[in-house]
Amino acid sequence: MTPLLEARGLTVRFGKVTALDGLDLLAAPGEVLAILGPNGAGKTTFVRTIATLVRPAAGQLRVLGADVARDPMAVRRDIGLAGQFAAVEPAMTGRENLELTARLFGHRGRAAKKAAAAVIDQLSLGPVAGRRTSTYSGGQRRRLDLGASLVGAPRLLLLDEPTTGLDPASRREVWDAVRGLVAAGTDVLLTTHYLDEADELADHVVVIDHGRAIAAGPLSDLKASTGGTVIEVGVADEAALGAAGSILARVTASAPRFDPAGRRVSAQAAGGTRELAAVISALDQAAISVDEAGVRRPTLDEVFLTLTGDTSTSTQTNTSTQTKELR
Amino acid sequence: MTTTTLTTTTAIPRPARPPSAAGAALQVARRALLKYIRTPGLSVMAIVQSAMFLFSFRYVFGGAIQVAGSSYVNFLVPAYVASIVLFTGGGISVAVAEDKAQGFTDRLLSLPVPRLAIVAGRTLADSATNIWSILVTAAFGFLFGFRLTGSVAGGLAALGLCLVYAVVFTVVFIVIGLLAPGVQAAQGMSLIAFVFAFISSAYVPATSMPGWLQPFARYQPLTPMVDAVRSLIAGSASDVGLALAWSALLIVVFTPIAVLRYRQA
Repeated sequence: MTPLLEARGLTVRFGKVTALDGLDLLAAPGEVLAILGPNGAGKTTFVRTIATLVRPAAGQLRVLGADVARDPMAVRRDIGLAGQFAAVEPAMTGRENLELTARLFGHRGRAAKKAAAAVIDQLSLGPVAGRRTSTYSGGQRRRLDLGASLVGAPRLLLLDEPTTGLDPASRREVWDAVRGLVAAGTDVLLTTHYLDEADELADHVVVIDHGRAIAAGPLSDLKASTGGTVIEVGVADEAALGAAGSILARVTASAPRFDPAGRRVSAQAAGGTRELAAVISALDQAAISVDEAGVRRPTLDEVFLTLTGDTSTSTQTNTSTQTKELR
Repeated sequence: MTTTTLTTTTAIPRPARPPSAAGAALQVARRALLKYIRTPGLSVMAIVQSAMFLFSFRYVFGGAIQVAGSSYVNFLVPAYVASIVLFTGGGISVAVAEDKAQGFTDRLLSLPVPRLAIVAGRTLADSATNIWSILVTAAFGFLFGFRLTGSVAGGLAALGLCLVYAVVFTVVFIVIGLLAPGVQAAQGMSLIAFVFAFISSAYVPATSMPGWLQPFARYQPLTPMVDAVRSLIAGSASDVGLALAWSALLIVVFTPIAVLRYRQA
C-alpha cells in the first residue's frame, strides 16, 4: 500500500534558519495524524512543504507516492489545504466561495455546482450558504474554509491549527465537522498545539521539535509517557510554596515545577485524584493555606518538557525507531 | 484503504483533470472583480479619490501654474488620465499583500492551478478596474473643462494608450504587493509611484524644475508616456514609440518577477 506520507531527511531552510532539520516520518492512510509541537517547531513548515508551497532544501517527501519536488501538480490534485487563516473571500457568499475553489480544482460548470452543494450538505452549511462570508461567525468561516479544501475530493486533507483563535463552541463545531469527514473516509493531517485537540481528533501523533520528529506513535502512548495527569496547587502565601512543593514531590514521587509569580507548583501524578487527596491532607497537616488544588491533564508544554527532557540524549533513537512505531 | 477513501466520499465528485490555464485565470479574475465591485471602500473610493485629485489640480493649484501654448486644464487632463493608476494602484498592492497575509494565496498555490494563471487572472481583474477608473477620470476631465483640441480619432488613440499603461502599471503594483513584507508595507511601498507621478512632465513642465531634478524628470518612463498621450491628442505621434517601448520593457521585466514571487509566496 502506498504510504500517505513518506519523509526522509526532509530539510527546509529559510535563509539561515533551518525550519525542518532532517525530518523522517512514515504514515499509513486511513488514520488521522496530528503533528504536535510548540510554536516555531516546524509544524507549519511541514504542512506547507506537503502542500508544495515550500521547496525542500534536502531530503525527500512523497505524498501518496508523488514527490513534492518532482511532481508538485500530482500532489496538488491529491491534497486540500485549510491553513491557519480562513482563506475565504468575504465579499462572496459561501456557495460562491465553494464553487470558485471547485473550479480551481478542475470542476467545470455543473460539476462545480454539484461539488459545492455536496460540501454544503456534508458540513451543514445550508442555512448560511447564500450569505456573504463577511457575516459569518468564526466557526462558520472555518467550516467553510474546511469545505473549500474539500470540493476537489482530495485524498489528504491538511489542517494547520484548525481551531486557533476560536471560542470553545466554535472549536467543537470544527471538531465535529472534521470527525464527519474522517468518518466519510478522508485522511486528515492536522497540526495543533492543543493536546485536547489531538485527543479529540487524532489516532496517531508525531511530536516535532526543532524541525525533527522527536516522538511518534498512538496518542495514548504519548500521554502515558508523561505520567497521565498533573496535580497543581496554588498557595495563599508565597513563602509556603517551597513546603507545598516538597509535599507534592513526596506524594507524587516526581519533580515539582514552580511558578512563583502565580504562587503555583505542579507535578506529574500517575495516581490522579487518589494522590490529590493525599496532597491535600498533607497540606492541611502542615497548615499551608491553599487557594486551589486540583488534578488536570498535562499541558502540551509539560508533555514537551518531559519529552525533550527525557529524550535529550535519545532523540536520535526516537527519530530512527518512529518509522516502525507508525507502521 | 485508499479505495474506501474514494468510494465513501462519492457525494463530492473528483475532477477528471486540473483546470485549464485560461479557465483558472478567469476564475481568479472573477473573484478579484467581485471583491472590487462588492466592496464600496474599494470601488467608490477609487472614483472619489480620482475626482478629488483632479479637482485640486484643476481648480486649486492650476491657477498658479503657467504652461506655454496651452490652457492648464488641457495640459493637465491627458497627463492625469495617463497616470491615474499611479495614484489608485496602491490598492492593487494592498489587495495582493492581503491575499498573501490572509492565506488566500496559499490556498491558490495549493490547488492544481497553473502558476501563470494566477498572475494572469490578477492582472486581468486589476486592469479591468483600472480601465474603469481611467474612463471615469476622463469623463471628469471633460466635466472640469477639458476639450479636445485635435481630432476625435487622436483623442481615442490617446485614450487607448492610457489603457495600455493601465495594464503595465497593474503588473508593477502586483509585484510591489508581492515584494512587500506585509499589508501596511505594501501601502507604503506603493507610494513610490507618487515620486514618478510628480517628478515628471505630467503636472508641471519639466523645464520649470531646478536643474538637478530635470534629468530624472526627463528620462524616467512616465514623462515620455505622458508626452505621447499629449502628442496623440495634438494630432502627432511623437514619443509614442518611446512610450510603447517603455511599456513593453516594464511588462517584460515585471511579469516574470510576479510569476516567480507567486511561486514562493
